[in-house]
Formats: sequence, structure tokens, C-alpha cells
Amino acid sequence: MDPKTLVTIILFGPLIGALTAGLFGRQIGDKAAMTVTTGFLMLSAVLSWVVFSQWTWGGLEPFTHVYAPFIHIGDFTSNWAFRLDGLSAVMLVVVTTVSSLVHLYSWGYMAEDPAKPRFFAYLSLFTFAMLALISAADFMQLFFGWEGVGLASYLLIGFWHHKATANAASIKAFVVNRVGDFGFALGIMTVFWAFGTIEFATLFPMIEAGVSRTWEFAGQNWQLVELACVLLFVGAMGKSAQFFLHTWLPDAMEGPTPVSALIHAATMVTAGVYMVCLLSPMFEYAPVAKNVVTVIGAVTALFAATVGLTQNDIKRVIAYSTCSQLGYMFFAAGVGAYDAAMFHLFTHAFFKALLFLGAGSVIHGMAHEQDMRRYGHLMPYMKWTFVVMTIGTIAITGLGIPYLEWGFAGFYSKDAIIHAAYEAGGAGHPLGYFAFGVGILVAGLTAFYSWRVAFFTFSGTARWTSEDLQHHWHNRDHGQDDAHAHAGESHAADHGQGHEHKPHESPWTMRIPLIVLAIGAVGAGFAFHHQFIGEHSAEFWRGAIYKAPVAHAAEGGHSFPVWVMVAPIVVSVLGLLVAAYMYIWREGTGAKLAAQRGFLYLFFYNKWFFDELYDATIVRAAKWLGDLFWKGGDQKIIDGFGPDGVSALSVQVGKGAGRLQSGYVYHYAFVMLLGVAGLLTFALWAWAA
Amino acid sequence: MPLLSMITYAPLLGLVGILVLRLMGKPEDPATAAGARWIALITTLATLALSVLLVARFNPNDPGFQFVEEVPWFAGLYYRMGVDGISVLFVLLTAFLMPICIAGSWKSIETRVPEYLMAFLLLETLVIGVFCALDLVLFYAFFEFGLVPMFLIIGIWGGQRRVYAAFKFFLYTLLGSVLMLAAILFMIGSTGTSSIPQLMQHHFDPDVQTWLWLAFFASFAVKMPMWPVHTWLPDAHVEAPTAGSVFLAGILLKMGGYGFLRFSLPMFPNASDLFTPLIFVMSAIAVVYTSLVAFRQTDVKKLIAYSSVAHMGLVTMGIFSGNTQGEQGAIYQMLSHGVISGALFLCVGVIYDRMHTREIKFYGGLVTRMPIYAAVFMLFTMGNVGLPGTSGFVGEILTMVGVYQVSTWTAIVATSGVILSAVYMLTLYRAVVFGTISNPKLESITDLNWREVAIFAPLIAATLYMGLQPNSVFDLTAASVDQLVQTYQAAIGGAHP
Repeated sequence: MDPKTLVTIILFGPLIGALTAGLFGRQIGDKAAMTVTTGFLMLSAVLSWVVFSQWTWGGLEPFTHVYAPFIHIGDFTSNWAFRLDGLSAVMLVVVTTVSSLVHLYSWGYMAEDPAKPRFFAYLSLFTFAMLALISAADFMQLFFGWEGVGLASYLLIGFWHHKATANAASIKAFVVNRVGDFGFALGIMTVFWAFGTIEFATLFPMIEAGVSRTWEFAGQNWQLVELACVLLFVGAMGKSAQFFLHTWLPDAMEGPTPVSALIHAATMVTAGVYMVCLLSPMFEYAPVAKNVVTVIGAVTALFAATVGLTQNDIKRVIAYSTCSQLGYMFFAAGVGAYDAAMFHLFTHAFFKALLFLGAGSVIHGMAHEQDMRRYGHLMPYMKWTFVVMTIGTIAITGLGIPYLEWGFAGFYSKDAIIHAAYEAGGAGHPLGYFAFGVGILVAGLTAFYSWRVAFFTFSGTARWTSEDLQHHWHNRDHGQDDAHAHAGESHAADHGQGHEHKPHESPWTMRIPLIVLAIGAVGAGFAFHHQFIGEHSAEFWRGAIYKAPVAHAAEGGHSFPVWVMVAPIVVSVLGLLVAAYMYIWREGTGAKLAAQRGFLYLFFYNKWFFDELYDATIVRAAKWLGDLFWKGGDQKIIDGFGPDGVSALSVQVGKGAGRLQSGYVYHYAFVMLLGVAGLLTFALWAWAA
Repeated sequence: MPLLSMITYAPLLGLVGILVLRLMGKPEDPATAAGARWIALITTLATLALSVLLVARFNPNDPGFQFVEEVPWFAGLYYRMGVDGISVLFVLLTAFLMPICIAGSWKSIETRVPEYLMAFLLLETLVIGVFCALDLVLFYAFFEFGLVPMFLIIGIWGGQRRVYAAFKFFLYTLLGSVLMLAAILFMIGSTGTSSIPQLMQHHFDPDVQTWLWLAFFASFAVKMPMWPVHTWLPDAHVEAPTAGSVFLAGILLKMGGYGFLRFSLPMFPNASDLFTPLIFVMSAIAVVYTSLVAFRQTDVKKLIAYSSVAHMGLVTMGIFSGNTQGEQGAIYQMLSHGVISGALFLCVGVIYDRMHTREIKFYGGLVTRMPIYAAVFMLFTMGNVGLPGTSGFVGEILTMVGVYQVSTWTAIVATSGVILSAVYMLTLYRAVVFGTISNPKLESITDLNWREVAIFAPLIAATLYMGLQPNSVFDLTAASVDQLVQTYQAAIGGAHP
């Protein structure tokens, strides 16, 4: 089939599914709504792999297929279009694959939810917006998709809208993303002002010539390209939950777990990375902006990993892990290794979605308990989940054999990033060695917190009791208020099956996606590293990623010192051993350490006190200013001296409100008639003269 | 065929019909009220049909005035009507919102129904007249008389503090009107013509321009309303009946912006250029100030009213950016705001009709009883925060692009509005719609009925169509806007047309 037809079906299939389930869900019923949305997503996923293989091995040429004009005002031109190139081909398979698996998984996970059509409609709507984002040929469609996924994220975080925490989290996500979009929008304006176009294809060839142009912005003199890149990156920071704008992502875990896997791990949060890679022709000419990207990425990687060490909610650990891994991707892009960033985005999608859905499987089997302190010894009860979670953990910790080039997915992509940072340091990039050092350190932390989750959950002693689970599953029958029951995750009484009250394995609809993702977590790196970062990379990307000529100096990958090659694997094994010591061999060490409540522990556990800081400053200031302007500005000053003052005066003059009340309309009409009469008199006079 | 006059005076036919019915029947007779409602609805729908015909016949390639009617009136005055790309869509917007206002008042207005409908029909005639008038005297007459029916609607069918609100409205408008009248007299006296197209060609002396500009500004700034002369609007909205609010936000606020585009920019370009910094400062303050005030409101309607002021801040700065993106964005923002804010006031009206309170605290958890309402309200909430895909986005981004080219500081402050609007709108939505029902009075609240769905349907369609296919609108406005921008830039010696 014609590739243009293929991408059109891929793009609009999920939209049709979303509209069908969203508008007619009540009429057609749950099963039909789920079938339609999942069916369209499966179709999109299959066709995406067709397009991707045509791209990788079939020599498909990049193209832009225009559907309709969007905004054409002067030079400000934007079209509804589908841009296919190396970057969007990669994103196509990532988005549709994970999305279709999450749709399938939700058949099991959301089985007892009363609002299934709405849930599936939101999932498909999200997928459509994400596809619109990755296929944009200009900034307007990019922004459309960008905010569209934000809307879907908002709706899905707050899916259980009776929960106050979910509502607060959804607003926080939207607003913090809007802070990022504030920068993004100003970035678009800067691009248009500087180059008179917002279309990527016309813009990119103009960058080199415009590098030296400067512009006064917010009282500072800037190079236009630098300014545009920094502002656009603020947008990426919001969407990808980077340092300062990260606070929404952990709270977003209030949403159902399939949502966390799809939106807040595998796809939407990587949009910022995707944007920076897409704009590599701009960033390559903006060294300052690249440094900003590197620093923010590295700091986020470190910050999120430290917080992840101490959290007890299984989903929050994985959320901070996501935040940290996104930091890796950003500093890779910052040092110019866009291909490694995209590769890590690709492999991360598989193993992180796997970890989230695995966590969901545990949560499902544990009657919606999310606190790992109430897990333990679950391996015998959930063998499948145990196996796939272990695979996911191996993949994220990047286990592999350095010189043999054999390992799980994370091994290829994470090592590529760490090596790229080292290489950039060697090539004189000021922040290269800094990013390299952070990358090594965080690899160790990642290994620790990831294995901590695995050991804490599946091995050791059971910290739950049959009564706990019984209580959760039957709390309606018992008519008691359970402090640990998550009000949103409805659990029906039939959950226990024979009233055994034991943790249970998830149904097949949930296990199949886990198995598919596990295959990806094992093999995605091995299968594609030649294309993404290896010898075939030039022909794979075909110009979609731009590297300034200097960055090409030391291509190759085998020219690193031995210690650089083995360092990531060594720290990763160290992290594994420490976790094993604390949670298997000397079980309880972690709890003891936490109980001491050391300064560093509290600092990490409280997420570096960001929420408290923002609440105390920005939120309070906004409320205070709002009240000040309203009660002080509007009521006291403006109204006080304006209409109310005049009113008080005229009440005195009119001696009583009664006469006034009946009078306004007539007063007004009278004055106006006087005016018209005067006008006519004047006109008559002028005409006569 | 004098199409413009037909559109303008068609509502008067309905008015006469209702008057006859009213005089024949008994006061407060339900049958009379029902008949009056149908007459009003059919009349406004017919006016809408004529307006659609107008847009269909409109030649988008001609930048000048079309459908021009010019007949000698009396005493040397001429009756001149015509539309160009800037005004034609405001005629359509007025005709589009009016049947919605009538249908929206179907059940909520029970007293003096024929009089109420007559006020609305008169309002439609006068407002369409404002957008079609090509003569200063005619314009002034429509512009000022247009406020009288609005005044009556608030003062008679309004809420408890309607008198205070109407008085505030009156004080503000009076000030502007007197000054504008003086300026109009001076213009006619000094040029010997009251023809707007001719005055647009006339080059006033820059010093004179300054005074004339200020006089018109006094009137238009109040109508917009611009900060700090905005405080009449929240009160007027709170007291006005739902349809009154829809029309006030949807159309009347646009008369100020239209005035800037029709008079200030083309007739007083040098003064406009001179005062651009003033406009930018006032607009930027409006965006931040009123957004923060909106955030702290406890009354649903007041919150949306303050949000209107913030959105109008974008309009004024777009108009005075003097470039194509800014002008187009400002016009689009006005059209879009007409649809979205109208719809939001209708959303408030839905729950007000059922519960008779606008206190945010009273509500909460409506989604469980009113899922369709929740979806509709969500769509317009997103439109109001300027989500791409809705009409709100297109106007916002274009005005900001336009302003950025003239003043980055103003653009930065204005862009912060995208954060603040999300804060107050989502907080409002959450408080009213999400959560669980804790107020027992809400247990029996009912979802939208077929009439309400039918009212919202065209607004939903307009919001999405204008959000996804804005170019079909720009095609109509482009020629006139380009001409406006070119003459403006030529007059002030600007570099960026």
C-alpha cells in the first residue's frame, strides 16, 4: 500500500476509535467500545511496524503529506500534515506498540471499572494527539499535539474524578505543563520573528546564516538561535518533567496504572526529548542552549534517582526512575548524541512500560495496595509477573557484557549515552565529563532502587496477611472503613475467587502485553543498535538528526579506555549487590536506615522539598496577589474613587436612593437624546452654512 | 437588494409582531409568552439565514466596503451602510448568537416575556447596525442606542443588585460617550463629511489625531473593557440574566475592539502609534491582574467575567501591534471569545436555572449526575484556556506572535496568561464538576435536556470548526486586514507591513 495511505490510517484510526467510544460508548456498550479502540490501535501498531521496516530496510524516502491548511497569515504558514522521517518512524512504532499493548492490558486491569468506554476513549484520544505531535511538519501542529497529549494526560490522571488527590494531581500536571508551554510559545514566536517561518523544512536550512543575529528579549541581548532553543527547551522541561518542572510527574501516579505506563513513562514524557532531537539543526548552532540541556538533564537524572532510593510507593519509585532516565536522554542530546538519546527513548519505552505494567499486575493482585512495605514474598503467587519484572529490572539497570556487545536493551542505549558524554568531554565540551560522571553515579543508584523494588516486592518475608487482603477485597461486605483502601481503585467482592485471600496472578489480557514488552526489553537494544547508533546509523536517520561537523570527530565506539567501558556495568552490579544485601541477606536494613531519619534520608524522602517550596512561594503569592487586586485594587481603589464615589456623591445630591433607582435608564436615554439632538442641530447648521 | 438593511431591520419585524400579540393578549398570559418566543426565534433564525447569505455572497478578494447602501437621509446627512472583511463576520456572529440567546431564555424568563424578547430584537437591530454603519452619525446612533435595551435587560430582568450594576454600567459608558460625541462633532465640522470611508482617507493633523484618539479611546476602552475601567463588567454579568450575559460578553464587548479597528487605527494612525505603549501596558496589566482576580472568585459568573477582561486584554494588544498576525489574531480572538464566553455563561445558566445560586461552594460532583453537561463544560473550559484545536488557541497565539514583534516584554507578560487561565478555569471546573456530591440539594439535579443540547450544539461546532479550520475564516478577513495594516504602516512609516 502507498505509505501515505498507511500513515493516514495509522494517524486517524485511533481518533475514530476515540470518537466512537467517547460519543457512543453508552449506546454500543462496554465490550464494543473496548473492541473498537483496541482494534484500531492494533491496526495502527501493525501498520507502523510495516512503515518502520520499509523505512529501515525498504529504502522508503522521507516525505511530508499535507492534509489541509491550518493557519496561513502572511509568512505564518502551518498545515495539517504527516511528516515521515527517521525520527517519526521510530516514534510511530514506540507510540502505537505501547499504546496497543496498554489498551489490551486495560481489558484486564480496568475490568471492574464502571466507566470503561470513557477510559478507552481517552487512551485512544491520547494516542491520536501523540501521533499528531510526532508527525508535525511545523510548530503549530507540534504544539497542537503537545497540548493535546497534555489534555489527555489531565483527563486520565483525574480519571477517578471522585478522588480529591487525583483532581489535584491532574490540575498540577496541566498547570506545570502550561509553565513549560509558556516558554514553548515564546520560543515559537522567537523562531517566527527571527526566520519568518515556522515550517521545519524551510526553517532548518536558514539557521546557519542566522546564527549571528541578536535580539533584545526581557532586557537582555541574545543570539536569536540561542534564545529560541532555550525557550523551546523550557517547553521540553515541562512535558518531560525535568528539574524545576518535574513536580507533576510523581503526582500523576494518581491515574490508573496503564495510564502511567503509556503516558507517564513510555510516550508523552519523551516528547521533550523528541523535540530536542527534531530541532537538532537548531540546537547544534546554540552551544549555550546545549549546555543548559546538559546541565538540566544531568541534574534531573541525579535528583530523581536520589528521591527514588527512598520512596515506598511502588509506582512513585518507577515514576522517579522515569524522570531520571529522561535526564539521561536530555544530557545525551545536550552533548550532541541525539542518536543515543533517541535510542534510549526507544529501549526505555519497552522496559519502562514493562515495569509499570508489571507493577500494575502486582497492584492488581494485591487488592490495590501500592505500598511496598506491605509486599514481600510474592514470587510464589505471581510467577509470570516476577519473571517479567526481573527482565525489566535487568534491562533498566543495563546488564550486559561490554566487549561482547551482548546485553539487555538498557545496556546498549545507556552505555551509548555515557560513552557519548565521555567522548564529548574529550572533544572539549565543557560539560562532557560532568555529564559522564553523573551518568556513572546514577547508573549505580538506578541499579539500587530498581533491584530494591524487585527484592522488596517478590522476595523476603511476606509483610501482608491474608486478613489484609480479605479486608481490601471485602471491605464493602464488612462495612468498615479501611484506611489503606484506595477509594478510586474499585474492587469487587468477587475478586478473591473462592475466598482464599491470597495474592493472585493477573489474567491473560494483562500477561500477554507483559510478555511482548519483556521480549522488547530483552531484544530491542540487540536488534536495533546497528541502526540507531552503529554502522548503519547514517542511512537509518537519513538526515533527520543533524550533527555539526565537529561532533563527528571520533565516531566508532571501541576507542574508549577500559575503565570507561566497564564502569557502567561495575556500578550497576554494585547497586544490585547493595540492594540484595539490604533487602535479602540482611532483610530489614532498609527499614532500620529509614527509621534513623538522617538528614539525607529526609531530604531525599521529601523530594528535596520542592512541593513545599513552591507552595510557600508561588502558590501563596498568587493567592495573595489575587486577593489584593480584587479587594484592594478593584473594590477599594477603582470602585471607591470611580463609580461608588460618584454614586455616593449623587445620592447626596439626589437626596435618597429611591429617585435614583427609577432614574438611570431615563437619565441615560435623556443624555443620549440630548447628544443626538445636538449633533443634528450642528449638522443642520453646517449644512445651512 | 439592500441586503444589509434587510438583515439590520429584520428583527424589527419580529418586534412588531410580538408587540401586536402583546397588545391583543392579556399581560402575563402564557399563550402570549409562548407565541412571542416562537416569533422571536423564527425572526432571529431568519436574520441568521440572511447573514449566512451575506457571507456567502461576500467577495473575499475585495478589501473595500461591499453591499454599500447610500441614500440621502435628511438635513444633508446620508444613510450609509456597508461591510468589509473586518465587519462582515461580526454581523454573522451577532446573528448566530441571537437565536441562542432566545432559546436560552425559553424557560428561565417567566415575567414580562414579550417585553424581554422585544428588547433583545431591538438590541440585535442596533448592534448589527453598529457593524454595518458607514456614517459617523448613524454609527453613533446605533452605538449609543444599543446600550439602552441592554440596560433594560439588566435593570428589569436582572438579579438582586441589578440597580447597582446598571448604574455602574451607565456611569462608565456615559463618560466615554460624551467625549466620543464631541470628537465626532469636531470631525464632521472640520472635514465637512460624516462618511466613514471618506474619513478613513482623510489625513488628520497629528496633534488633532491625539485628541480625537483619546476621545474615541475613552468610549472604546470602557466597552472592551480595558483595565482599569473594567469593574462594571463583573457586576453587570452577575446581575444580568443568562442570555443578557451571553450577548454582553459575546457581542457588546466586541464593539470596543471593532471601534479601534474601524476608527482609531485607520483614521488616527499617528496617535495610535504614539499611544501603543499605553495600550500595551494596560493590556498586559489586564491579563495578569484580572486573571489573578478571577482565580480568587467565589461566584461562577464573576470568575468568567474577569476571565473575559483578561481575554480582551489580548485583543487590544493585538490590535495595536499593527501587523497582520496581530490584527488577524485580535479579530479571531474576538469572534472566538464571542462563542466560547457565550457558551460558558450558558453553562453557568444551566446550573443556575436548576439551583438558583452561582456560589462555587454550593456545587461539586456534578459529573456523577450530569455527565453530558460535564463534557460540554469541559470543552468550553478548554476553549477558554486556549487549548489548540479550539478556536481560543488560534486567536491567542496569533495576537501574541503579533505583539512579540513589537514588544517582547508585553508578549512575555501576555503569554503568562496561558498559565493563569489554566489555573482559574481548571480550579473552577474541579470545584463545580469533579469530586463527590456533598450537597444533598444536588442529589436530584438533572442533566441537559434536548433543548439545552440543541443550544450548545452550534456553539460546540463553531468552537471546534474555528479551532481546526481557521483558514476558512482568514480567507474572508485577509484582504481588508492587509489593506488596514498597509495603510497603517505607511502612515506611521513602519518597517514591518
